[in-house]
Amino acid sequence: MRFPIGGMFSIIGAILVVYGFLSSRAIYDKSLGINVNLWWGLVLLAFGLVMLGYAVRASGGWSAWRRSMLPQPPGQDPRPPAVS
Amino acid sequence: MQHIALGGIDYAILIIYFVFVLGIGWALRRVIRSSEDFFLSGRSIPAWIAGLAFISANLGAQEVIGMAASGAKYGIMTSHFYWVGAMPAMVFVGLFMMPFYYGSRARSVPEYLKLRFDEKTRALNAITFAIMTVFSSGISMYALAKLFELVLGWSFHGSIVLSAVIVLIYIFLGGLTSAIYNEVLQFFLIVLGFLPLVLLGLKDVGGWNGLTAKLATVATNAGFEPGAWTHSWKYMDSPSHNPMGMEWFGLVMGLGFALSFGYWCTDFLVVQRAMAAGSMTAARRTPLIAAVPKMLMPMLVILPGMLAIGLHASRGGFLPIGSDGQPNYNLAIPMMLAHYLPSGLLGLGLTALMASFMSGMAGNVTAFNSVWTYDIYQTHIRPGQTDAHYLRVGHAATVFGIVASVLAAYSATRFNNILDMLQLVFSFVNGPLFATFLLGMFWRRTTSHGAFYGLLTGTITAALHYGLTLPHGAVPGIKGGFLGAVLHVYPSEMALNFWTALFAWTGCFVATLLISLFTKRTKTDDELRGLVYSLTPRIQEGHMPWYKRPVTLAVAILVVSTILNVIFW
Repeated sequence: MRFPIGGMFSIIGAILVVYGFLSSRAIYDKSLGINVNLWWGLVLLAFGLVMLGYAVRASGGWSAWRRSMLPQPPGQDPRPPAVS
Repeated sequence: MQHIALGGIDYAILIIYFVFVLGIGWALRRVIRSSEDFFLSGRSIPAWIAGLAFISANLGAQEVIGMAASGAKYGIMTSHFYWVGAMPAMVFVGLFMMPFYYGSRARSVPEYLKLRFDEKTRALNAITFAIMTVFSSGISMYALAKLFELVLGWSFHGSIVLSAVIVLIYIFLGGLTSAIYNEVLQFFLIVLGFLPLVLLGLKDVGGWNGLTAKLATVATNAGFEPGAWTHSWKYMDSPSHNPMGMEWFGLVMGLGFALSFGYWCTDFLVVQRAMAAGSMTAARRTPLIAAVPKMLMPMLVILPGMLAIGLHASRGGFLPIGSDGQPNYNLAIPMMLAHYLPSGLLGLGLTALMASFMSGMAGNVTAFNSVWTYDIYQTHIRPGQTDAHYLRVGHAATVFGIVASVLAAYSATRFNNILDMLQLVFSFVNGPLFATFLLGMFWRRTTSHGAFYGLLTGTITAALHYGLTLPHGAVPGIKGGFLGAVLHVYPSEMALNFWTALFAWTGCFVATLLISLFTKRTKTDDELRGLVYSLTPRIQEGHMPWYKRPVTLAVAILVVSTILNVIFW
């Protein structure tokens, strides 16, 4: 479960950070002059990466997670292991 | 009204969210092999996931839009829904009721009623519940579409179809598991999407002290003491001293007891999440884990409403004026989004709004399809079919539930505050239900006839009370008083709803008690084992370290919510 959460917030966070650098200062008049895209993007990115880190650790690394996502040979219970 | 213009980045964030939501459904499609997988996630969900889904399923339209609207309308008193209402009820369901729900292996709340009482009590509950979920989900959809039409200029029909189709796909593919996983994702999105809004708003008005000063103007303009919007208890001595029009007794008993216990302890929409948990301990911890973020939720959903009305009073025209001359409270959150968030975060905020509507709708649809399949179809229409047959019925019920919600969405247009309408429906159906469960779970003498006719009496009491009273300033009709004579006028709709729930509860409690005393028991002690408190062995938790026991968490929650009540007294 931490994989999709981590993945989504990392991607959205990264996009906001990049946008925060590229966008013109004028749009931040609304947000009291603070470049909220940059700062909140960093918060989201950090949250996403922490979630991803937990997920990788809990599932025994990327390779174990990838194996669990591959189709199982018939006869075996294809349920993924307990949610991480 | 000026529409908010969205940039490419805002659409990009919305689309990324859609991709992940649908991706979760797609990834889980192989997990669904039996009806138990589809309706109960194969009873395998860890406690923290079930807990976050428990709160997220409740975090739909009524929560985000309704609570912000109430925050603007009634101020910090709205927090009573949390610190007086939800907290004790969530603790009670986790500690005392989960052992029977989970331990009986019932697959739904109506099925528990069948095990404890009889088929007719189950049918009554299943049918009213099914109707209610369709309505709730329809209201959720209506609110979303109306809002997006007003604020973004999106087509009303387009928003309804878009949200309905996405929810349909992910539930159809992954059943309850998919709904639960998405609810967790949606929970984080809602928190992280609205938090910058609250922080910016608070910074702008000069923190809590600045907000208090602004809300003092709001309160005095409305003819109350300056602190009426920022004190939750101080002005509860008389209905005329606070904007909610409540005095403390009606609030504690009506909202804190009848309505909240009715909702959190008997509503299958939330209870289903705990039933899907992987073990008895996980099931008991589900509502308790959910209570922790729930306790802090007022900051996220009530505060924006208070900020919006504060800014409305001091800067003028912050909230658009509705046709009744009052500010349109339901627009508090969208107006705050548009005011403070630049392109980028605006997309995130709108995605959070979208996520909250979807989680509420998905919660309703998954609860609906289980009750329909197990308690109505399997029991009354086609019993004794194969499991694969019921799984297909579940899929069909998902489609049907969503289509019915869309129809309900088109019919929900009457109330200016969605919350009042939802509370009204809940108070008719849920208010009495908790009395039935309380007696059923803790008094073995409660009979099936007592439960059934008690429940009917409770619902009729609610309808009678509602039909004979009126909120201040309303004309008889859908808002009350439809039975001709008006015996009492309440200061507000909210007060009327709380009292209706309390009457319903009392009516059901007294009738169930009396009828049980005069009718024969239909179930022996043996049949009630695991269903009634005095006939169920206590759960042994001695082997667990004290900090892991559900009761420790429960005590901590009650202590912290008491402290919160005192802080905002």
